[in-house]
Amino acid sequence: MNGLRGHRLNVAVGIILLFMPFWMGAIGGYTELASRILVMGLAAMSLNFLLGFTGVLSFGHAAYFGLGAYGAAMAIKYLGAGTMPAIALGMLVATLAAMVIGALIVRRRGVYFAMVTIAFGQVFYFLAFRWNSVTGGDDGLTGWHRAPIDFGVATLDIFGSDKAFYYFALVIFGVCVAAMALLLSSPFGRTLIAIRENERRARFLGVPIEFHIWLSFVVSCLFVSVAGALYALLNNFTDPRALRFDLSGNLVIMAVLGGMRSFWGPLIGAAIFVALQDFVSSRTENWMSVIGLVFVLVVRFFPRGVLGMLRNAAKA
Amino acid sequence: MSLLQVEGASKRFGSLVAIDDVSMTVGPGELRAIIGPNGAGKTTFFNLVSGLVAPTSGAILFEGRDVTALAPEKRVALGMARTFQITEVFPELSVADNIRVAVEIAAGYRLTPWLGGAGRAGVDAKVSELLRVGGLADKGGVRVGALSHGDQRAAEIMMSLALRPRLLMLDEPTAGMGDQETYEIARLVRRLHRRAGLTIMLIEHDMRVVFNLADRIMVLAEGRVLAEGTPQEISESDKVQAAYLGKAAA
Ligand SMILES: Nc1ncnc2c1ncn2[C@@H]1O[C@H](COP(=O)(O)OP(=O)(O)OP(=O)(O)O)[C@@H](O)[C@H]1O
Ligand SMILES: [Mg+2]
Repeated sequence: MNGLRGHRLNVAVGIILLFMPFWMGAIGGYTELASRILVMGLAAMSLNFLLGFTGVLSFGHAAYFGLGAYGAAMAIKYLGAGTMPAIALGMLVATLAAMVIGALIVRRRGVYFAMVTIAFGQVFYFLAFRWNSVTGGDDGLTGWHRAPIDFGVATLDIFGSDKAFYYFALVIFGVCVAAMALLLSSPFGRTLIAIRENERRARFLGVPIEFHIWLSFVVSCLFVSVAGALYALLNNFTDPRALRFDLSGNLVIMAVLGGMRSFWGPLIGAAIFVALQDFVSSRTENWMSVIGLVFVLVVRFFPRGVLGMLRNAAKA
Repeated sequence: MSLLQVEGASKRFGSLVAIDDVSMTVGPGELRAIIGPNGAGKTTFFNLVSGLVAPTSGAILFEGRDVTALAPEKRVALGMARTFQITEVFPELSVADNIRVAVEIAAGYRLTPWLGGAGRAGVDAKVSELLRVGGLADKGGVRVGALSHGDQRAAEIMMSLALRPRLLMLDEPTAGMGDQETYEIARLVRRLHRRAGLTIMLIEHDMRVVFNLADRIMVLAEGRVLAEGTPQEISESDKVQAAYLGKAAA
């Protein structure tokens, strides 16, 4: 349905991502920036599963991003876990938290839902902030790093090579994005889009709205936690800011900026956001004002986001 | 046994008594029209039966089962489907996808994360059939929001029908329509009733439609049942003439 059409766009995105570490260098970027775009893109697309395709706004997704990050980081630091088990543990912790918190909040709607998501999200922030001995507190969790992945026949040195990490992240990104695309084009996905379109009609077709929103929330948090785990691996570090509500807000900005009605929109929003952040913050302290300005202009003149604008231009 | 049984249902909104001690039954295969002046409580009555609002007192029984405390979506699962006075559809989705959602839910696929070829073919066939029955065969790919009022109505009715309901409740399906559209909808309702044997409750202001289609008519006024009977009995009732038909004729 909406936003999933256009195989050409899928192929184009695939090719761009496949070569990003190479063309990044040509335009003054670097591989780590490419990885950051990928990871934040996955986070924004995951948020958009809930926001753009179920019509439910969460301002607390940083909590699950951060739980994924801390889960993976702590698994490596304290348990000596390998890369994949670390990611899995981050996902598990975040998803369990999302299941419990989701159940507590699904009855709220609109701005009330958004507000309770912030409130619950901040709980984890303060926990990470205060619990010094385990989380490293405000200084973050250091003293660990991602390890090369041993496939038996060969090793992928994601630690030593930035490019190797990028392609490792790209594979995980691809799996997650494909899973979300499949879900959205399934009967289950259609019930979510139906809820977005008209909650009353969906209910009177027999959809238990709260349960489906809960499921969508959990799926969305599950994928955002993968992004969080990758983010910790990318930086070999995580700190409480990975859990804080301003990150939640940034994810919403990325989704809206790129176009929350389109499947790839949030990835484009994330790319613009992360690139601007990188470029502007090296020149001025006030990078958030620049992003804010871009955001306001896009929302004002292209309510369907940057991708929506490009689509309209292509049609004309 | 009656399909639907309403026992002493009342609904208050603050000091306003929108439905006042209404009891009625609808038998299987019946087409029951509900008429009454504006604000009589007809829509509120549908809301009570379908579960959108809870009655202040009284009970709703469906196939002998007390559904008064049941959520709307659970009543839908038992076979109660409805349309709304102001059409409720998924405006940004195509006509076919609107109906598809309903077909998939009816087939028990609402949690299915992946549907195989056979399942999809079954759904497609059902969607095509419903599009045809609703006179929407050539509009399957059109965004519902872009359809005419009458076609949106037809789409909403076909979505409800996709659920294979045992009781279909239609709230003013011809409201705001021209003669031709009204005729099309009336013909569709008659077909569903006569050919498919569907039990239907119909709120309707157009008396030609009512007297043409209904087996029995319930007249509501100020939340109370003013009269109930066959079209002939209702048209001959002095009470109804005075309170309602008289006014409409004047
Ligand atoms: N949710 C509500 N809150 C308060 N009052 C309500 C509510 N719903 C209906 N009412 C009131 O209850 C009364 C009955 O309304 P209802 O919509 O059931 O009438 P109706 O017979 O369907 O009228 P119409 O022919 O205009 O559709 C009206 O006075 C209406 O204002
Ligand atoms: Mg009404």
